[in-house]
Amino acid sequence: MSKAEAKPENQFEPKIIAFLCNWCTYAGADLAGTGRKEYQANVRIIKLPCTGGIDPLFLIKAFERGADGILVSGCHPGDCHYNSGNYHARRRWNVFRPLLEFCGINPDRIQFSWISAAEGGKWVETINGIVDSVRALGPFESYQKLNTIGPEVSGGATDASGETG
Amino acid sequence: MIEELRKKAEELLKNGTVKVVFGYGEGSVPERTRPVFITKPEDVNKLTWNKYCVYNLTTYLKRQETRKLGKPALILKGCDARTIIVLLKECQIKREDVYIIGVTCDGVGDPLAEKCKACDVHTPLIYDDLVGEKIENKEIPFEERYAELDEYEKLGEKEKWEFWQKQFEKCIKCYACSNICPLCFCDRCIVEKNQPQWIDPSAHARGNLSWNVTRAYHLAGRCINCEECQRVCPVDIPLNLLNKKLAKEAEKSFDYRPGYNIDDELAMSTYKEDDDEDFFK
Repeated sequence: MSKAEAKPENQFEPKIIAFLCNWCTYAGADLAGTGRKEYQANVRIIKLPCTGGIDPLFLIKAFERGADGILVSGCHPGDCHYNSGNYHARRRWNVFRPLLEFCGINPDRIQFSWISAAEGGKWVETINGIVDSVRALGPFESYQKLNTIGPEVSGGATDASGETG
Repeated sequence: MIEELRKKAEELLKNGTVKVVFGYGEGSVPERTRPVFITKPEDVNKLTWNKYCVYNLTTYLKRQETRKLGKPALILKGCDARTIIVLLKECQIKREDVYIIGVTCDGVGDPLAEKCKACDVHTPLIYDDLVGEKIENKEIPFEERYAELDEYEKLGEKEKWEFWQKQFEKCIKCYACSNICPLCFCDRCIVEKNQPQWIDPSAHARGNLSWNVTRAYHLAGRCINCEECQRVCPVDIPLNLLNKKLAKEAEKSFDYRPGYNIDDELAMSTYKEDDDEDFFK
């Protein structure tokens, strides 16, 4: 909440969850850091062994817990540490993405990319791109406001979006 | 045709080829049928066949209580027989463990079921015995097969969201959809696992969305469009629209249709190096 005050205007700061593969994109993000490259600080990184191990439920859970946008990123095709994990992941997203779109979730809220360990620059561009596009879409209120009975799972996370400020 | 079915069932039970016949029996009203499990040759007169035989009997292949009866013979329409091909491919059954009495069918339900409107398996693609006169399986163009989706795909993002929220709101999490599905065969469904709890168990909007999306997604590239989930849904959620959407995407992206060719690789357990990746940055 204090983060919003630091900004010149009361602009909406989206919460982006990035699911990264350990071998390529995570190392790429690391490279961006060691290269002292600056990018928008809206991203929360979750490191996983391989994009092939990302169950679509991870993405649903992220939205349930208050994410406004999601990035899934891994090794370029052919570069997977486990040979074929990213190919399997690509198949999965090929059907899962249209399914969410069919249910009325804007496909811009879930983005996919291939970023290698050497592409610190691409990581910066990708993050800035997704933050800007999700900021333009606004908070994912329709999901966050979904009715729940019992204790609220997302806790204070949803309130932090503070559209009026 | 009914006589032929009964004779076939009697013969199979008498010579010991099978221990039980899964078929359709008369229901309590003429417009309904019910599944029957015939274990004695003298009971075969309980079998019937008419346009109300909409159910997909392959769902009983996953149930403990019907598995216990021994090797079954199943009376299967063309669409139901596609399930067998998927189950074989997924190593859930062995070909020698089931006997298939295929029936030719020119549509069931009154009014005609949605699945029958674009049917291209009037004659089953896999069977041991065929009952009824062969009907030529005509190919149906892609657009026509998925025509039902058009009006929903045309909707805007907000309208889609509102439409599905209105549908999912009704869900009472009875899990009839996955219980009836012949391809939902996990002994422990993801929704029953609670450490961690991936899907909220209570029937509220948030949990309903994740449940319905997950159920549909788990059938991606597998669903054979028998429409049983939609038929049994007590609150009439058009579940088959989701299944159909996924089938459409799987066909469009991977050129794969489940249950047609036993030699095809399963869509979601294989990959091609040139799979579509336009949406990757």
